[in-house]
Amino acid sequence: MTPGPPTNSILMSTGNLARRRLAGRCFSFLVAGCAYCTIAILAVLIIQILGKGFPLLTWDFISSFPSRKAEDAGIKAALWGTFWLMSLTMAIATPVGIAAAIYLEEFARKGKLSTFIEVNISNLAGVPSIIYGILGLALFVRAFQLDRSLIAGALTMALLILPVVIISAREAIRSVPSSLREASFGLGATRWQTTWNVVLPSAFPGIMTGLILSTSRAIGETAPLIMIGALTYIAFTPRGPMDAYTAMPIQVYDWASRPQPEFQVNAAAGIVVLMAILLMLNGVAIWLRHRSSKKAH
Amino acid sequence: MAELNTARIREHLRRQGGDGPMGKLIIGFLVASAFLSVFTTFGIIVVLVRESIPFFSTIPLDEFLFGTKWFPLAAQPSFGVLPLVAGTAHIVIGSAFIGLPLGLGSAIYLSEYASPRMRSILKPFLELLAGIPTVVYGFFALTFVTPLLRNVFPSIQVFNSLSAAIVVGIMILPTVASLCEDALRAVPRQLRDGGYALGATKYEVTSSIVVPGALSGIMASFILAISRAIGETMAVTLAAGGTANLSFNMLDGVQTMTAFIVSVSLGDTPRGTIGYQTIFAVALLLFVITLGLNLLSNRILKRYRESYE
Repeated sequence: MTPGPPTNSILMSTGNLARRRLAGRCFSFLVAGCAYCTIAILAVLIIQILGKGFPLLTWDFISSFPSRKAEDAGIKAALWGTFWLMSLTMAIATPVGIAAAIYLEEFARKGKLSTFIEVNISNLAGVPSIIYGILGLALFVRAFQLDRSLIAGALTMALLILPVVIISAREAIRSVPSSLREASFGLGATRWQTTWNVVLPSAFPGIMTGLILSTSRAIGETAPLIMIGALTYIAFTPRGPMDAYTAMPIQVYDWASRPQPEFQVNAAAGIVVLMAILLMLNGVAIWLRHRSSKKAH
Repeated sequence: MAELNTARIREHLRRQGGDGPMGKLIIGFLVASAFLSVFTTFGIIVVLVRESIPFFSTIPLDEFLFGTKWFPLAAQPSFGVLPLVAGTAHIVIGSAFIGLPLGLGSAIYLSEYASPRMRSILKPFLELLAGIPTVVYGFFALTFVTPLLRNVFPSIQVFNSLSAAIVVGIMILPTVASLCEDALRAVPRQLRDGGYALGATKYEVTSSIVVPGALSGIMASFILAISRAIGETMAVTLAAGGTANLSFNMLDGVQTMTAFIVSVSLGDTPRGTIGYQTIFAVALLLFVITLGLNLLSNRILKRYRESYE
């Protein structure tokens, strides 16, 4: 591949300047249209779903268990299930993900092995989530006999989001200036002391942002949970990691896939609650990033 | 190789005064965490291959890959996967027509035309669009896109691949936009300035210098987006339906590979039967296709990184 694109096509531009400028203006409108399209799509999506789910958005909906009657059915079990599932998932994925990122950035010798792990992680990030569901089914549900428990779901979800956690934590660690590390080494600190006392505190906001965005990705994941059998009728809130559970996206899928039109309202209301949580998480992540970028200047 | 690295680190720690047994424990945890990803890949391959061996020992590989009838749960079962592949192709082709041009267009706007202020407004919107759960897109397709399409195509089915493809296109748009923008921004400024010095307009610089210069990055993002569309599950399960037919009409319902896996795992097919084993065979095919595309995308991306740095 030759470096640099061919430039001779410009030299052959013909036609008068007015026509060339008109073409340019049309093009700029076209690409701006593409970009604004995304806002329009988002607006339509939110307005549609809010409009459909609005009549059901009451405290009763949030504090009721699922029911065969659409107007009585609520998302209490799913809301608590999601809360438990995400807490356990992040409790597993956070230490492991940050540790892997630290190893790859601070300890591993750059060579064939670290390249292999890197390529492996980026490929794992592209594996369809349903495949993780199959892995979870064979490994956690059957081989470890964890059945349909919260912990089986959390372990599956942790494997699913680990690549994202590792990649974002590595970026945060890499952005810590090496002068800080050198100063710490100069004071006689070991590599681990440097990592723990200097690198991690400085990379903390970046790591947090990545963790929050990973959580918001995991909250909406439905397919792997369906594979490991989380779609069941649950009319209680989990009390511990071995309990059965249901989660919000699964509850939404269950309602949306029913033929009765009344349940579409429940699905829409469930989506509104789910999106409200996602928006909150994204808001915190954006705020954290904004704050740390301000500090850097 | 792992042994080698821990030995080196241990030696390094000893030379620096060491951290004692605690230090060793910590390093051990770091190394184990990094290797977990290798075990995950290994686990996926072992599970998929081991569970599909009984299937492929009954059904020949060529019958699976090239058969045109997919009735795995019928009394007279037939195991030709082509209808599922065709269903997936509907989604991929349809979503590519929407997601790729819109994503590239947005990326060109963000990287070449938008003011920093506009960029800072638009980027969070794209991230938000990327963060919407796929089950939400499925619901949107079912309750908004399909009724809207019915005004144009009165013969459209309740479950159809067109509306599913449209929402999957919207879903891959942010991926394409953000990766293409990175590629466009990596084109050195001097090349743009060279174009202006030759008297080119902004459009001419963009279309004949910047976009060709970022072409490998753009191609890599397209391939990655297609791989996402192939693996997409919930939106197509909700909107495209569950009938595996080898159809070319996007107004009909189709079943994708992913939707089939979901439908079997939701159903009451007993474990150990050949009907149940099909999900592992289909998942293996899905894994091989997406892995191939991801590797291809990485390879292209690596080449383009090398050309400018």
